[in-house]
Amino acid sequence: MLPTARETFAGGFRRVAFFGGVYSNYLALAEAHALARSLKVDAVFALGDFGAFGPHPDRTVDFLRESGIPCIQGNYEEALSDAAEDCRCGYTDPRDNHYARLSFDYTSSRTSPHHKAWMGDLPRHLRLTLGGTRVLCCHGSPRRINEFLWASSTSDAYLRRLLDEYGTDLLVCTHTGLHWSRMIAPAQGGRPARGILNVGALGRPANNGRTEVWFAIAEASEGGVRVEFVPVPYDHGRLAREMEAEGLPREFRETILTGWWTTCLEILPAKERAAGRF
Amino acid sequence: MLGLETVWFQVAGSICNLACSHCFISCSPTNRSHAMMAAADVERHLAESESLGVREYYFTGGEPFLNPELMEMLAAALRRGPATVLTNGTLINARRAAGLKALADGSPYSLDIRLSLDGFAPEANDAIRGPGTFERILEAISHLAAAGINPVITVTEACEDAIGSDGRARLLERLRTMGLDRPRLKVMPLLRLGAETERTRGYGEEETLAGMELAAADTAALQCASGRMVTAGGVYVCPILIDSREARMGGTLSETLRPYPLRHRACHTCHAQGLNCRT
Ligand code: SF4
Ligand code: SF4
Repeated sequence: MLPTARETFAGGFRRVAFFGGVYSNYLALAEAHALARSLKVDAVFALGDFGAFGPHPDRTVDFLRESGIPCIQGNYEEALSDAAEDCRCGYTDPRDNHYARLSFDYTSSRTSPHHKAWMGDLPRHLRLTLGGTRVLCCHGSPRRINEFLWASSTSDAYLRRLLDEYGTDLLVCTHTGLHWSRMIAPAQGGRPARGILNVGALGRPANNGRTEVWFAIAEASEGGVRVEFVPVPYDHGRLAREMEAEGLPREFRETILTGWWTTCLEILPAKERAAGRF
Repeated sequence: MLGLETVWFQVAGSICNLACSHCFISCSPTNRSHAMMAAADVERHLAESESLGVREYYFTGGEPFLNPELMEMLAAALRRGPATVLTNGTLINARRAAGLKALADGSPYSLDIRLSLDGFAPEANDAIRGPGTFERILEAISHLAAAGINPVITVTEACEDAIGSDGRARLLERLRTMGLDRPRLKVMPLLRLGAETERTRGYGEEETLAGMELAAADTAALQCASGRMVTAGGVYVCPILIDSREARMGGTLSETLRPYPLRHRACHTCHAQGLNCRT
């Protein structure tokens, strides 16, 4: 869990898209990819947690690998590739763990060995630059692959420390499934603005009663980076039907069809919890 | 040490209006081994914690609401990061609940109120927490709900009853009638008692504990790898060991940022069972 050297440098860019947890939602992944390209990004990056929750996990990995999207490892890829007993999502409630367990067993038994090997070789961190802004991509946080960085539970002081410790200006992460971003220091003396971008998830909606899922676009701009969150409509009815055919829990399908989370709720801080329906 | 992320404040010292039979620091109305903290003292540590890049704050005791300056301390914490109060709830009335709600609304960070029940019914709970406490805790929850606060309610329960039990359903129903339509109920296996976990069998609880063992295999997951406990009498390694003199690591947070030798018996529990006091 300590910072690892498994890190790659992707290069310099002007405008890029970041995909958060796909959770086997291969239908949304394909839509998001097409949408990102139509929005003229230079590159797309995927930040881990490709499996869980949805059906046919191999379809997501096939798509990612065939499209050549640079990927980093999430806790799911770490767990699947080293034959762990659970997903290491970091839940603390038995009901949440019960559902996490169902997804993990389903996903693990249906992920091809060659995909698992590929997951094991993925880098943990990816760096790039957007104009003059140094960007570090990780899954949960750069310190812990399964750390939840929620808007209301992450202090500015902690963010500042992460940026300093890891020598970056913008931290890009996922894992929580809720998208948010915050700049904690303005551009100053030739230094770009500094902050965080949690890109949300393509795998399930953002607990807001809308069925779309989200990704983020970041673009170099005067003094820093401009961030935009993009909603992705997709055939969620089809996804729910496939989930049913695969015997996945009714609660998961409900989330896909209503846009409200039904599981993995106990980990939410007070403010994020109050915004949801359950 | 991984780095300081979580700072605890023992704001009420060892003073509590209850005297639960399982309290691991034996708090009671008369236990003066740890004194109450003053707001100025808390402020000094908060300012230091900010420069160290701390992520979150926890307030505990004893019973934190016995400290007359608690609200002031929470406001100071919430200017810097998220805060959680661990309370037995019995001192929360309508006025306090409204005050907490105002604090929560005034911060970009979350304020979480965490109450504990020992079981889903009065019989189980009151045997440990004292006669009448189950109803008093539920009354506190209804004041919080009326003020618009959804507290985290942790219930320790014998493991085989943790999911799908009637008790859980009844409690959930009662919480709903108080207006908590999205109760945040966390069922905690009785981790601190080895015998309880060995007794466990049946539905998926083994899975849960297996998960906890995995997490605990990593020292970085121990509370002492990323947290410290501030008391009126100095900074301790963790919330669990404040009754051990050798667990006092210094007078300021900066003085305690070194690894702590895991030699206490409680460390075994932490390691083997993934014990963590955070929400
Ligand atoms: S309410 Fe908490 S602090 Fe007070 S005696 Fe009970 S366990 Fe100890
Ligand atoms: S009891 Fe021991 S292992 Fe547990 S948090 Fe304290 S020092 Fe660390």
